[in-house]
Amino acid sequence: MSSGTYPSYLPPGLPIPVAEPDGLSAPYWIGLRQNKLLVQRCAHCQTWQFGPEWLCHRCHAFDPAWVEVEPHGRIFSWERVWHPSHTSLKQHGPYVAVLVELPQAGGVRMVGNLLGHPMQVVTIGAKVEGVFEHHPEADPPFSLLQWQSRRST
Amino acid sequence: MARPRTERTLRGRVAVIGIGETDYYRHGASPDAEFKLALKAILAACADAGIDPREIDGFASYSDDRSEASRLAAALGIDRLRSATMQWGGGGGGCCAAVANGAAAIVAGLADCVVVFRALAQGQYGRFGQTAGLDTVSGERAYLMPYGVLAPPQRFAMRVQRYMHEHGVRQDAQRAIALASYHHAQSNPRAVMHGKPLDEAKYEASRWIVEPFHLYDCCMENDGAAALVLVSEERTRDFRQKPVYLLGAATGSGPRTAAMAHNSPRYASASFDTVAPDLYRMAGLGPSDVGVVQAYENFTGGVVMALAEHGFFKPEEANDFLTLENLIAPSGRLPLNTSGGNLAECYMHGFELVLEAVRQVRGTSTSQVTRNDVAMVIAGPMVTPVSNLLLGSEAAL
Repeated sequence: MSSGTYPSYLPPGLPIPVAEPDGLSAPYWIGLRQNKLLVQRCAHCQTWQFGPEWLCHRCHAFDPAWVEVEPHGRIFSWERVWHPSHTSLKQHGPYVAVLVELPQAGGVRMVGNLLGHPMQVVTIGAKVEGVFEHHPEADPPFSLLQWQSRRST
Repeated sequence: MARPRTERTLRGRVAVIGIGETDYYRHGASPDAEFKLALKAILAACADAGIDPREIDGFASYSDDRSEASRLAAALGIDRLRSATMQWGGGGGGCCAAVANGAAAIVAGLADCVVVFRALAQGQYGRFGQTAGLDTVSGERAYLMPYGVLAPPQRFAMRVQRYMHEHGVRQDAQRAIALASYHHAQSNPRAVMHGKPLDEAKYEASRWIVEPFHLYDCCMENDGAAALVLVSEERTRDFRQKPVYLLGAATGSGPRTAAMAHNSPRYASASFDTVAPDLYRMAGLGPSDVGVVQAYENFTGGVVMALAEHGFFKPEEANDFLTLENLIAPSGRLPLNTSGGNLAECYMHGFELVLEAVRQVRGTSTSQVTRNDVAMVIAGPMVTPVSNLLLGSEAAL
């Protein structure tokens, strides 16, 4: 097992994320496996963009650069999921998904789980930090970016 | 209002002359194949109009309906297929756009008689609310599904949660929408939830699907089919039913609504910020002219947002406006989903809402409203593209 020491938040069996056949998001998924959060940023006009696209939505320059971003942000929204929409979640109980906004990356947002007790109080605007969750035994192997509350700063 | 014929509009140019649907079933319970359901609904709509089905020369649908236009034309023995349009986008966001596309084909002279329809048999093809048979995912789903954000309830709850946070909308507002749909379904013998009333206590006691959606905030999944027949306004007097005219239609969404993984700039939105003004502009009408609304309920929170974006109240007024008494026929402030809609009549992917708007204008709803000259349909909140329609009587032209 690589550096991933955090246990998996959700039980195994959910669909495994992979890059598209055209490879658009491959840098992002490879980055997560290396404990790096990569987000597109246009080299011409500095616009941030996530999810990735083949061109910058602002200036239309092709192939925006991938830059490493510190994995921390603020909770933009959240949900506590009770109903299992996949067989692997049956009998699992509630879990929390959060939408995290990254102010240091132009306010792009990404979805993950909020680690910790599933019944914890979740507050929009609260600061969170990223935790890389590695699945080296999966076929194919993959990594996720999860979130946990940041100690007050 | 006289307008020059050169104006690019659907207003008053096309009318619904027939509507029809199959029996509505719980998901997986249809005894008929999906394609057979489509045929039954189309023939019922033609019988309602009093038109020979061989006069159909166009089909329009949405959400990648599996009952293809060419197969329908072959099955029905149609001599000339002249228009076959499919609105891009999944979900029910296309249920009004399909009508607009069919109408546009007629106005443009591409077809004379277009059937617009939707057919679903989930027992044969699988449900929207369950994720199965996927080992790997890429694209947008890869940013969501591994985190348990799998099916529509989980994909839309965070949008509604953010909207409630930004505008102080309470759970009661969502509850009122669910109660109104169930209230109207009790008068509607077609409704799957006919005979199964809902009250506040039952709503509050129902399980969470995903916070902030209780069970009753979520649409059903059903089997069935629904269809309507469109012709140009010059021909409307040839048929049995009182014609119901298109007054306006619009479709689309605002800036980068589809930005992946919940990166839409106007996130806490139902996607009507640009589409609602387009509708009112074509119709030459405003919110105060609308007597009754059918608003697509994938989830009640989306209805709150969609109604606000159509100007019926400001988001900050949602808690006061959205009460059961304001939302029910015959004379609430804004009677809503008067057949029971996706929550309680049938989840025919919103097409049952279009048929109900036609009934309201005809005066034949099981929960008939008193102000029925102008009826609105709102399709697919929170998806993209969304769409909407204004239908009206001859008096509204």
